[in-house]
Amino acid sequence: MAISDEEILRIAKLAHIRLDAADVEKYRRDLNGILNYIDTLKTLDACEEPTTHVISTTSRLREDKVEDVLPVEKVLENAPAVEDGQFRVPKVLEGE
Amino acid sequence: MAQNSLNKLTIHQLLDAFRRGEATSEEAVGQTLSAIEQRRDLNAFISVEARQNLLDAARKADKIRASRVDKSSESPPLLGVPIALKDNICVRDGAVTAGSRMLANFVSPYDATVVEKLRQAGAIIVGKTNMDEFSMGSSSETSYFGPVKNPHDPTRVAGGSSGGSAAAVASMQCAAALGSDTGGSIRQPAAFCGVVGVKPTYGRVSRYGLVAFASSLDQIGPMTRSVEDAALILEVICGEDPRDATSAQATVPRFRDALTGGVEGLKIGIPREYMGATRGVDAQVLSRVEAAVAKLKDAGAELLEVSLPHTEYAVATYYLVATAEASSNLARFDGVRYGHRAEAANLDEMYEKSRAEGFGSEVIRRIMLGTYVLSSGQLGQYYSKAQQVRTCIRQDFDRVFDEVDALVSPVAPTAPFLIGERIDDPLTMYLADIFTISANLAGIPGMSVPCGETDAGLPVGLQILAPAFDEATMFRVAAEVER
Repeated sequence: MAISDEEILRIAKLAHIRLDAADVEKYRRDLNGILNYIDTLKTLDACEEPTTHVISTTSRLREDKVEDVLPVEKVLENAPAVEDGQFRVPKVLEGE
Repeated sequence: MAQNSLNKLTIHQLLDAFRRGEATSEEAVGQTLSAIEQRRDLNAFISVEARQNLLDAARKADKIRASRVDKSSESPPLLGVPIALKDNICVRDGAVTAGSRMLANFVSPYDATVVEKLRQAGAIIVGKTNMDEFSMGSSSETSYFGPVKNPHDPTRVAGGSSGGSAAAVASMQCAAALGSDTGGSIRQPAAFCGVVGVKPTYGRVSRYGLVAFASSLDQIGPMTRSVEDAALILEVICGEDPRDATSAQATVPRFRDALTGGVEGLKIGIPREYMGATRGVDAQVLSRVEAAVAKLKDAGAELLEVSLPHTEYAVATYYLVATAEASSNLARFDGVRYGHRAEAANLDEMYEKSRAEGFGSEVIRRIMLGTYVLSSGQLGQYYSKAQQVRTCIRQDFDRVFDEVDALVSPVAPTAPFLIGERIDDPLTMYLADIFTISANLAGIPGMSVPCGETDAGLPVGLQILAPAFDEATMFRVAAEVER
């Protein structure tokens, strides 16, 4: 069940990663090799229940009151671009 | 005791020296810093704390110890001990790069829970160690900051992804270090560098402040020069944490109490799927492992062959679950709030270029794989199936632990390989994780203990696995192997 170049580009789009032609070829080869190996799982009669949590736990809730928070200045400290206490980014393309 | 080799002592030896007034933390930290300077060739550290800050902290620790001489209460358990942290653990106002260009300039605004606990215990954090990028790798070669070299043979890998921590401990550049383990990333580098490495039961140690790779698999754990040291550090860093919703509500026993138990009467299982040349285990590795197992038998343990029938599906399962979770966890790195941001004309381009430039190829490979298996049309075929197989793997261990108290096996099928030997062959790299991976899938604790060297002087590790929350049995066996 081979992955095509188009499929690699589709995955890259979903993952928001830009690939050039050489990358597409490389990752297509790599992913096909790995998926080929992983295909062994398909023939397996698997167990009933999927594991979603490896230890038995339920959602732990806390009281809805403000606790220790990170000050806004700290939150913005690593930002590449800041304006008016907000993260500044390039514009979204119109009409997309 | 030589005053000029304090950096070579284990934590317990160092604490003894402090208590007897034979050494100060200031001396120990000073010598640690010299060792770090001398061994830069190994590339074990990404960043080291400023000398002045470390010596100030050491002097403070010495003062605290001196002021407690007359008091009956115990000193903080790691007072004045120099410890390194894998560079995916957040330290307030310090770098945390995760071995990646993506976070090369990131400064953490907070301490990880384990860091808070180490500080409360009086430890001195000397620096951040090198690692595979975002913990993705088994050799510490994918780091943006260059590969880590094995102290036993610098042409060979230190293992990964916690290679820097393993190498730093093995080469006496710190008394101990923390690593993280998602598929073997503490145990395998520990084996490759000849040190002790422990992955606790999932949930024992808080993941708050650990850069996430695969949230249902990641655990932080100690890497040390003795089993006793590992038990002590584990006592310090374990504990329920309200800031980590997956942390376990389990009391933390005094793990050091387990060390004197001996193995008389203990039932130790040898999984047939893990042993033997048919599993691709190198002959010399196998013979060192078998010798250690024989030692356990001589010490009174009962050895039984057991079966973990779903072993052959473990690597495939892991690389589906882990990459799927990673693709989700690494989606946060988009150039908006932190991390590398590329020049771009619009938002989409910024996302795509920032990520293409910020991530190395192994990280991209795994994000791509994870994205694919989670995409509609593929979900049922791969990821859901993997989650079910994961249950089968957990049940294999449940069944086996009804018959035996612990399991032993090799940690890795080979001795440390040459730098560059496997980096272009991801599948071979992945397949070598076969012995360590299942413990993460099942959530059970595992550790690596040194059990000899190959004829070429390369370290070999013995893996010990135990039931969930039964680290005590694991330490009992480890202490015997070490004796």
